[in-house]
Amino acid sequence: MKWIQRQKYFLDFTLSSLLRRKGKHLSLLVVYTLIVFLLGSVMLFAGAVRKTAVDVLTDGPEMTVQRIIAGRHDFIPLQYIEPIQKIRGVRTVRPRLWGYHFHPASGANYTLMAAPDFEYGPDQVIVGAGVVRSWSGIAEDRLYLVGFDGRAHLLKIVETLDSGVDLAAADLILMSASTFRDITGVPEGYAADLAVEIRNPRECATIAEKVVRLFPETRPILKSEILRTYAAVFDWRSGYVVVLLAGSVLAFFIFAWDRAVGLSAEERGEIGVLRAVGWDVSDILILKWWEGGVVSLTAFFLGMIGAYFHVFLASAPLFAHALKGWAVLYPELHLYPDPNPYEIGALFFLTVVPFGFVTLIPAWKAAVTDPVSVMR
Amino acid sequence: MWMNPAVLALIVGGILACIAAGYGARLGIAILPNWNLTSGSERQLAMERKTYLASALLGWVMMFEFLSLFMFVHTADHLHDLFVGAMCAAGTLTVNAYGYPALILKILNAVLCGLWVLINHADTRAPDYPLIRVKYTAVLIIAALSVMEIGLQLGYWMHLDPNVITSCCGTLFSTDRQTLAGDLAHLPPVGTMMVFFASLVGVVGMALWFYRTGRGAGVLAVMSGWFFILALISILSFISVYIYQLPTHHCPFCLLQREYGYIGYPLYVSLFIGGIAGMGIGLLNRFKEIDSLTEVIPQMQHRLCLTVLIGFALFGTIAVYPILFSDFRLIGY
Amino acid sequence: MIELTDISKTFHAGKPNAFMALEGITLSLPLGRMTVFAGPSGSGKTTLLSIIGGMARPTTGRIRIGDLEITSLSERFLSDLRRNRFGFIFQDYHLIRGITVLENVMLPAYPSGPVHRDLKKRALKLLESVQIEDKARSPVEWLSGGEQQRVAIARALINHPETIIADEPTAHLDTDLAGAFLKIMTGLVESGKTVLIGSHDPLVVEWKGVHRVIRLRDGRIVEEKMEANLPCG
Ligand SMILES: Nc1ncnc2c1ncn2[C@@H]1O[C@H](COP(=O)(O)OP(=O)(O)OP(=O)(O)O)[C@@H](O)[C@H]1O
Ligand SMILES: [Mg+2]
Repeated sequence: MKWIQRQKYFLDFTLSSLLRRKGKHLSLLVVYTLIVFLLGSVMLFAGAVRKTAVDVLTDGPEMTVQRIIAGRHDFIPLQYIEPIQKIRGVRTVRPRLWGYHFHPASGANYTLMAAPDFEYGPDQVIVGAGVVRSWSGIAEDRLYLVGFDGRAHLLKIVETLDSGVDLAAADLILMSASTFRDITGVPEGYAADLAVEIRNPRECATIAEKVVRLFPETRPILKSEILRTYAAVFDWRSGYVVVLLAGSVLAFFIFAWDRAVGLSAEERGEIGVLRAVGWDVSDILILKWWEGGVVSLTAFFLGMIGAYFHVFLASAPLFAHALKGWAVLYPELHLYPDPNPYEIGALFFLTVVPFGFVTLIPAWKAAVTDPVSVMR
Repeated sequence: MWMNPAVLALIVGGILACIAAGYGARLGIAILPNWNLTSGSERQLAMERKTYLASALLGWVMMFEFLSLFMFVHTADHLHDLFVGAMCAAGTLTVNAYGYPALILKILNAVLCGLWVLINHADTRAPDYPLIRVKYTAVLIIAALSVMEIGLQLGYWMHLDPNVITSCCGTLFSTDRQTLAGDLAHLPPVGTMMVFFASLVGVVGMALWFYRTGRGAGVLAVMSGWFFILALISILSFISVYIYQLPTHHCPFCLLQREYGYIGYPLYVSLFIGGIAGMGIGLLNRFKEIDSLTEVIPQMQHRLCLTVLIGFALFGTIAVYPILFSDFRLIGY
Repeated sequence: MIELTDISKTFHAGKPNAFMALEGITLSLPLGRMTVFAGPSGSGKTTLLSIIGGMARPTTGRIRIGDLEITSLSERFLSDLRRNRFGFIFQDYHLIRGITVLENVMLPAYPSGPVHRDLKKRALKLLESVQIEDKARSPVEWLSGGEQQRVAIARALINHPETIIADEPTAHLDTDLAGAFLKIMTGLVESGKTVLIGSHDPLVVEWKGVHRVIRLRDGRIVEEKMEANLPCG
C-alpha cells in the first residue's frame, strides 16, 4: 500500500526531526504532560469518588424517613413504624440509631451507630480503620469517651473494619443499642431515622407522599435523590476545578502556539528544501500533523498514567481537599480505578483536540514556505 | 449544567469548529470572485496557499464532528443520574427540546464534513482546482450548520434542569408510547428485518456491480443513503434488541457502553464510513464530465466502492451475528 | 523539449518597489543537452531557473515541458513536477543536517511512497555512482564541501528526473572539484539527461561539454552561443 508506505516515511522523518530538536520539544512535552496530568487527576478523582459514593449508597435503603422539628432533624418515635409498614408497597421499616460524637483531642467527628444484631457485649465496639488511625490517645484497644451526661465510658475495641473503599466505614464506631443510648442519651422508644425498603423503586415517590400525609413533620429522603445530589456535586466540583485550571490550560495553548510559530531559521530552511525537492504543502502539513500527533499522544499517555498513579495509588494528595471536602478522617481513602471512555474522552477533548487546532495555523504557515527561498 | 469538564470541552471544541469553518467560509468569499489560476500574481499564489489552510481546518472540523458525536452521547449518558427517570443518554437528551435536534444536526454535519473531504480530495487530485466553487459553497453551508449546532448545544446544556422528570430509554423507545421514536421502535420486527436484509443485500449487490462495471453510481448513492437511514431505524427496531437480548430494550445509545463491549463503536463507525462513501460515489459522479477529473473520479469511486463494501459488510456482520448466534428470539414476543 | 514563451517576472508588481527581474524571455531547450545560463550578478539567472523548475511562477508568458503546459498548474502539481521531472542542486547544497547521507538522498522520494527496499537500493547505487557510498551512514555534517555536493547530486537523481537544474554549483569549489562536478554532469548528459546550469564561473562557461551558453543581462537574453557542431532547437 503506497499510502501506508508514505505515512511511514513521514512518520520516520517526523521522529528523526523530533529527536534532532529534543530541547525544543521536550519543554513542550513536559508542560503538555503536566496539563494532562492535572486535568486527568481532577477527572479521574471526581469520577472515582462519585462512583465510590454511589456504590456505598446503592446498598442503602430506598428511602429514609426523618423527623423534622422546627426545621431540624429530631429523633423519630418508634410508634411511626407500624403505620408506615402498612402503606402498600413498603417491604420493611427498620429503625436506625446513629449520631455523631465529637472527640476534642483528635478534633474529629465520629459516627456512632447501633448495629441491629450486635454480637458483642455492652461497652464493646467495632471501629472503622480511620478511627484507630486518628483517635489520639488511643490506649491499646480501648476508646475513652465522655457521654452526654458527663460520665466517662471506656469502650473495648473488639474488631476493626477494613476500610477498603467504603467511604462511610472509616469513621464508624459500631456498638449495641443499649450502649448507644447510654452514651448519647437517646431515649428508649426513639430512633435517629427509619430505613424503609420498598418493593418497587418506581413507587418511591408515591410512598413518600403517603408518609408525609400520615406524619406531616417527617421528611422522606429518597436514595435516588441523594445519588443525584452526589452526581451533581462531583460534576460541578470537577467542572469548577477545570475552570480554575482554565488559566493554565490557556497559557499552555499560547505556549504551544508560540512554539509552533517560532520556527528556527534552520527549521524553516529545512522545510524550504523539502518544498524545493518536490514535497507539497500538504506533505509538510502531514509531517506537522504527525509531529503534533506524536507529541500529543506521548503527553496524553504520560499524563494519563501519571494521573492514574496519582489518584489510585497515591490517593490524589494534590486534589483531595478541593474535591472531597469531608472530615479530616478520609486522607487514606483508597479509590478503585474506573477509567471509562467518558473520562478519557473528556480529557482528550480538553487537551488534544484544542492542541490540534492551535498548532494547525502555525503548521500551515511553515508549510507554505516558498521553495524559491532555498535558491537564494 | 455547563459546569462539567466534558460539557466545557464540547462547548469549547464546538466554538473552535465554528471558528475553523467560519475561517474557511471567509476564505471562500475572498477566493471565489478573484480566483484566476492562469494569473501568476502574488495574490493568486497567496489564495492558492490558503486553500491548503482551509483543507486542513475543514479536516480538523471533520475529525472533531465525528469524535464529538460520540463524546456528546457519552456526556449525555454520564449525566443521566442527574435526572429522575433517565437511565442513559436517551433520557438525558429529552430533558429539553434542544437535545435531539442537536444530536441530529451533529450527525448531519459529520456526514457533510465527510462528503466535503471527499470533494476536496478529488479537487486536489486535478491540476486546475475544478471543484473550487462547489467546495467553498459547501464550506458556507458547513459553517452555518456548525453555528446552528453550537447554538443548539448551548441551548441544551444551559437548559438542563435537574428537576425535570424524563423518561428512560425503556419508555422512550418503548412500543406503547406514541412518539416518533416509539413508533420507529414499534415497527414490526419481522417486516423491518426483511426490508433491512433486502436493502443490505441490495446495496452490497449494487456496490459489487458498480465495482465491476463502474455504472450505476447514482443508484448506489441513493441506496447507500437509504440504507444509512434504514440502518439507524433498524438499530432502534431490532438490532439493539438482539444485542441486549431484551425484547423491550430499543436504545441506540447503550450500545456504546461497556456493558455491551462497546459494540456500538464498530457498528456506528462502519455504518458512517459505508454511508458516506456510498453517497460520495454519487456526489462525485456529478463531476465526472469535468476534463481534469475524468480519470481521478472513477479511481476514487472505485476505492470508495470498496469502502462501501467493507463498511456495510462489517455493519451487517455485527448486526446479524447476535440474530444468528444467540438463543434469544425476538419473534414471538 | 522545454519551451518558454515571452516569460517575464515582476517582483512586487503594482507596488512602488516593483522590479522586473525577467523580461520577454523566449527560449526552447531541447532534451539531452547541457545549457549554461551566464551573466553578471543580478541578471536573473536564478529567477529564470526557478521558473523553469516550477518553484516560482512567471508573471506573464507560458512554459511547456514536453506537451505539458505548466503555467496554470496548481501548487500541488508544481510540487509533483519538481519531484518527478527535475533534480535540483543548490549553491549551498542544502542537505538536511542531523540525518544520514542515505536518508538525505532518499528524502525527495518520500511523498511518492515507493517500496522502502527498492528506494534504499536505488539511493545506494546513486551514492556509489558519485563514489561516496562509504559515507552512506554518516551524518551529512561530517562531510567536506565536495562530498556534500556529490550527495546533493545523488539526491537530485533519486526520482529519475529528466532535467537537472544546478544554480552556481561551483561557487564553493576549487578548480579540481569543479572539474569533477562538470565531468559528472557531462556523464549525465551522455546518459540522456538535460542539464541546466546557472553560473558566471568562466570554468563552467568554457567547459567542453557545454552545448549552449545563454547570456543574460538585466533580465534579458543578450547573447546565445552554441557549439557549432551541435544542432540546437
Ligand atoms: N523576491 C524578490 N524580491 C525582489 N527582488 C528580487 C527577488 N528575487 C530576486 N530579485 C531581484 O531580481 C534580480 C535577479 O535576481 P537573480 O537572483 O535571478 O540574479 P542572479 O543572476 O541569479 O544573480 P547572482 O549571480 O548574484 O546569483 C536581482 O536584481 C534581485 O535583486
Ligand atoms: Mg543566482
